Amino acid sequence: MSAPGFTNRNTSTSAGYNQNSTPSSAAAAPAYRNGTEQSYPAMYPPTSPYPHPPLHQTHSGPPPSKALTNTGHTTNYFHQQNNQHLQPHLPQHHPPPTVAPPAVRPPHPSAAAAQQYTPALPTNALYDPPPQQALYCTPDAYYGQQTYHAPQAQQLQHQLPHQQQQQQQHQPPVNGVGAPLYPIVSYPSAPGSSQYGTLRSSQSPCQAPGAVPTLVGAPLHQHPQTSADTSSLPPAFSTTAVQQFCGAPTTNQTSPAYNGTAHHPADQPTSHQRHYDQNNHAAALYDPYQGVPYGNMTADGDRPPSGSTTTSVHSSPRHQQGMHYGYDANRSGSLACEPSPATGPSDSSSEEEEDDDEDEDEEAGGDTSSSTTGSASPVPNNFDCLEGGSYPDSIAPSGDMPNHSPPYNNYGYPGMQPAYQQGPASHGDSSPSHALYGQQQPQQYAQPFPNMSTLSAALGGLSGVPELELEALMPVNLLHERSLLPDRPLEAPEPNLSPDLRKVNCSPQTFRCTLSSIPQTQALLNKARLPLGLLLHPFRDLQQLPVITSNTIVRCRSCRTYINPFVSFLDQRRWKCNLCYRVNDVPDEFMYNPVTRSYGEPHKRPEVQNATVEFIASSDYMLRPPQPAVYLFVLDVSHNAVEAGYLQHFCDSLLDNLDKLPGDTRMRVGFLTFDSTVHFYNLQQGLSQPQMLVVSDIDDIFIPSHDSLMVNLKDSLELVKDLLGALPSMFRDSRVTHSALGPALQAAHQLMAPTGGRISVFQTQLPSLGAGLLPSREDPNQRSSSKGVQHLGPATDFYKKLALDCSGQQIAVDLFLLSSQYADLATLACVSKYSAGSIFYYPSYHHVHNPAQRDKFRKDLDRYLSRKIGFEAVMRIRCTKGLSIHTFHGNFFVRSTDLLSLANVNPDSAFAVQMSIDDSLVDSSLACFQAALLYTSSKGKRRIRVHTLCLPVVSQLSDVFAGADVQAITCLLANMAIDRSVSSSLGDARDALLNAVVDGLGVYRNTVSTLQQHGLIAPDNLRLFPLYILALLKQKALRTGTSTRLDERVFAMCEFKTQPLQQMMRMVYPDMYRMDTISDQGSLHLNDTVVPQPRLLHLSAERLSRDGAFLLDCGSVLYLWVGKCVNEIFIRDVLGCPNYASIPPNMTDIPELETKLSERVRAFLDWLQDNRAFSCLFYVVREDASAKLDFFQNMVEDRSEMGLSYHEFLQNLLQQMSK
Amino acid sequence: MEAAVFIVSLVDCCALIFLSVYFIITLSDLECDYINARACCSKLNKWVIPELIGQTLTTVMMMVSMHWFILILNLPVAAWDLYRTCRGWPHRAWAEKPGLQGAELRHLRYVKVPLGNMGVFDPTEIHNRGQLKSHMKEAMIKLGFHLLCFFIYLYSMILALIND
Repeated sequence: MSAPGFTNRNTSTSAGYNQNSTPSSAAAAPAYRNGTEQSYPAMYPPTSPYPHPPLHQTHSGPPPSKALTNTGHTTNYFHQQNNQHLQPHLPQHHPPPTVAPPAVRPPHPSAAAAQQYTPALPTNALYDPPPQQALYCTPDAYYGQQTYHAPQAQQLQHQLPHQQQQQQQHQPPVNGVGAPLYPIVSYPSAPGSSQYGTLRSSQSPCQAPGAVPTLVGAPLHQHPQTSADTSSLPPAFSTTAVQQFCGAPTTNQTSPAYNGTAHHPADQPTSHQRHYDQNNHAAALYDPYQGVPYGNMTADGDRPPSGSTTTSVHSSPRHQQGMHYGYDANRSGSLACEPSPATGPSDSSSEEEEDDDEDEDEEAGGDTSSSTTGSASPVPNNFDCLEGGSYPDSIAPSGDMPNHSPPYNNYGYPGMQPAYQQGPASHGDSSPSHALYGQQQPQQYAQPFPNMSTLSAALGGLSGVPELELEALMPVNLLHERSLLPDRPLEAPEPNLSPDLRKVNCSPQTFRCTLSSIPQTQALLNKARLPLGLLLHPFRDLQQLPVITSNTIVRCRSCRTYINPFVSFLDQRRWKCNLCYRVNDVPDEFMYNPVTRSYGEPHKRPEVQNATVEFIASSDYMLRPPQPAVYLFVLDVSHNAVEAGYLQHFCDSLLDNLDKLPGDTRMRVGFLTFDSTVHFYNLQQGLSQPQMLVVSDIDDIFIPSHDSLMVNLKDSLELVKDLLGALPSMFRDSRVTHSALGPALQAAHQLMAPTGGRISVFQTQLPSLGAGLLPSREDPNQRSSSKGVQHLGPATDFYKKLALDCSGQQIAVDLFLLSSQYADLATLACVSKYSAGSIFYYPSYHHVHNPAQRDKFRKDLDRYLSRKIGFEAVMRIRCTKGLSIHTFHGNFFVRSTDLLSLANVNPDSAFAVQMSIDDSLVDSSLACFQAALLYTSSKGKRRIRVHTLCLPVVSQLSDVFAGADVQAITCLLANMAIDRSVSSSLGDARDALLNAVVDGLGVYRNTVSTLQQHGLIAPDNLRLFPLYILALLKQKALRTGTSTRLDERVFAMCEFKTQPLQQMMRMVYPDMYRMDTISDQGSLHLNDTVVPQPRLLHLSAERLSRDGAFLLDCGSVLYLWVGKCVNEIFIRDVLGCPNYASIPPNMTDIPELETKLSERVRAFLDWLQDNRAFSCLFYVVREDASAKLDFFQNMVEDRSEMGLSYHEFLQNLLQQMSK
Repeated sequence: MEAAVFIVSLVDCCALIFLSVYFIITLSDLECDYINARACCSKLNKWVIPELIGQTLTTVMMMVSMHWFILILNLPVAAWDLYRTCRGWPHRAWAEKPGLQGAELRHLRYVKVPLGNMGVFDPTEIHNRGQLKSHMKEAMIKLGFHLLCFFIYLYSMILALIND
């Protein structure tokens, strides 16, 4: 499809502007900081980086090795499932919530609060930093977005009316007209009128005419429940937990004790986690934000800031002589590279990322990396006392390092086991942070700069592995070759790098490039006619993730790249950035390697050993204190919604998952329902039952009460449960058919604006009232027209604007559309698309008539509610100088050329970007890409997840083809085609896809292939390209010919944009296996289960046979197709039915039978299921069942009304190519 | 009369030059990450209509005063602006439906701009598909064109004043 097709690459030859000139584009991390408050002091004491206690607390006694270590690691970091595991354990470690009694108002808040808090810092303060709970413990709006330092007077003004109102308010009679089950309904009205005029009774759902006063322009900000308990003081506390790391052993550099088993009173739980805490935070302060008057804190908003500041003690290791290592070899060209200006112009607008501040801060904060010599700068150093001065000898090994190959993976998890098996070593005096590393292998003395040699080898030797390349380029005659599929699902191609680099490279599941060899110039790329782009899945659930806590996060001073395995160390004190080639200094802190606990081995730091790491960010990366987890559920309760009956399932699911919602003690929830009016729910703690507040003025929506609608889940748990129990029945008799989605979203936005968070919208019909109402645009007669499909784009910009507003306030909107009729998803989806939300669609949802959608809804909800979430995130994608990002695909808002603003980030969404080559990459032999995702975890921690991918640069067309990744190319082309079909037309998009194959294979035939063959030939690694494109053309999103509902089509498009590659490939070209002959041959052994690995089959009806059973894995659905003449044994042993005729028509589960065959099938199914996030539906489809249509729709190689058969498609291609 | 036409054109042209420079500066600010896309686009969208008006004004004046050469010079640019900016009623049949007029009239619609976009410059699109570059290129070309026009008007004005 190539340049003319999709890409408007304007390689602008003219102009004096250079897209690449973003000197200060800097951090992936806006230093989230608020105005004058210079630093929010470290929120987390260095010793308590983990919200959860790991499962295994003690180290006394050798733990049962592998299993233990694994669980230990996975425990660490927010794997949802593990969190779930952990939740039940939590309470015992939690200190009880320290809610300060409202009466206590100490004269000096910070001091007094400190006193209050200190008792709450027993050892288990380590497990769950109570500050979080304390920080946000008021249900008030805690930080007004406008300013944190609202003038006191203003505060008072705010308060006065509140108090007056409170006095005026009368609690409505609890046992009103309505059934006691129902929340009390009130219609907020003009100040004069009675606030709780009527109660909504179940008998009379119609509102009494007098009860709804006209509210035009008179929004009343009433605070029905700002009662006494809102004045509960958030305990401000400031602990100056000075970590004296004085205990490091001084004698054991050569054989550091394995102190994974050491006895540490406090930090045992964390000590076997991979936590590279080399903090020498001297002070970890809990800054009480509640000391700052935020917004309209009612009771104690006028407190002065507590004034506690960080005394940042930074470290500088002892000055050491003779640390220059003689690795000047590859310094040759590099030093010539410009040290570009470190900071951008100072006029950067304040709403942008605070990179410059960050820079300044680092400088001000004593970033010691500024000296250009190899010796440490004479910074006042506490490192000695902090680290116990334990490293004088450790820097010695300059000359006489053994030169054996670098232990790249030495330090990995396997390496930790021996540590565990050691008996308890006496290591009395080591500091907590050391204990974190104690289990690491000490023998890694090895060679000072392993990367150096490997890098230079890689730099030179890109000729690499010729046989691999040849294999990839081997011509395949597609017209003759009948069986193209590999036995097992396709793996990503290995980039042609030196083995060492390959070993540390980022996992292809996280980061994948369409061309695993980057062409040197744009001209070469254009010649290859293949798209260049990246597919990212940055926040996916990981099994292992090194987490690093360190004072200074080492980054390039010019391009702000995080240090990564692909940088080169010029000598011990300097490293060269692999993206901009600037030479940087190694900060002193970085010289100390917490893994080996030795000094002078910067190349062995975890950052330099792993392509995927996570940093715990300091306050430099915060613009405001990390937000709590805030969830708002916006529910459609119109007649249509009641008919569909989703409410019951939603409430049940939420009730089940309430304790699994990710978040800490500050977590807040709120509910909002809407039909033609918007209903709020007061869930303030202390109420006997939820109160419903109805706002009927949808043209000018307002929030009836500011502090009691979003409530702390912990405090109001009972009320929330009451509400969820009552909701489905409350609206059972609703006759309101209108849906005021727009106003409801506006209200939700207002409600969430102070905090940010997640809005989950459940909508069942076309919005028909208020702002954002939509006309029905679909003409059912046009559904199958081949003339082109209209209305793929949004009808109004209302939802887009709203999404951008939300994105600005760090709110993401997730849309669940459960409609049976056209609901204009194309327009509604905008609200999620640009606020980084996710979109779920359940066509023709009905709780009785459509059990399939109902089950899917339930399963999706379970995953949705309990999955990990990151708040207020930004992601920056940096790439080697010369490359630039050209187009972005996915759900987010692109804030600047390489910065994506993600209000929420979830582990199930992926992104894609298209790249272009601005400058020739002739000088570099490696191209690197780094995606840095800065987010706030649900536990209120600021974290940065960094992925780095390194790929070789090639100058030959054949090399480019050899590195092509057919799956990634297909996914990227699908994304491009979707853009194209929205901006131009569906026909264009389909043509472009076709052209992409024609061009790609044409170039290969004409230039790369040496054989002058006739027929359609493709390189071996692209042999599936035409097949995948054909499958793409038959997808719901892009197909023509068959009747496709517009919403389903649009949803399929949204899916393409956000699904990770594996999932998307399963949707495009489902995996089919034969199940009745399944055997243990070549099976996978996982732990104690044997997972059979049947062969992949082509998706053609000719591969099916009557006497077989076939499993089709479409990503979210699994079909087991059972032929008529299938072996009776299979039916009996696997399906548990006596014969074919007795198989029930809608079987959705396989019975657990004790037979060998059943075990194999189930093991395989479970294994498939384990590999995906959302649990998928399972159907047994009999050959004669009506459901077989769904099954046969996936047989994309066959001719159907959707298009040509594969063979015809190939002929068509051939024809086009010979034109 | 001649002179008056050219004096007005000259002033108009100056304004357009300033506008082009403003466009270029704002876009390059966005390119360099000094302002965010949303701010940039809302700034620029404000000036799309004034630019069109300014351009149309000169064109109409040239047509009225029968300066064909300058008219031909101006016509393509004016047409482009119009094409990019003006409302696309024919494509928006649904907008005729009652009840939507109010909402519809509040936002100006554009021919070249998809219905859901927020104007000629859309913050969600501007970083995609090299749009930023093409906007920049467009602004540059316009700047050059206006500069050329400026000198033509200046010359014509002086000529007209001398002839008077």
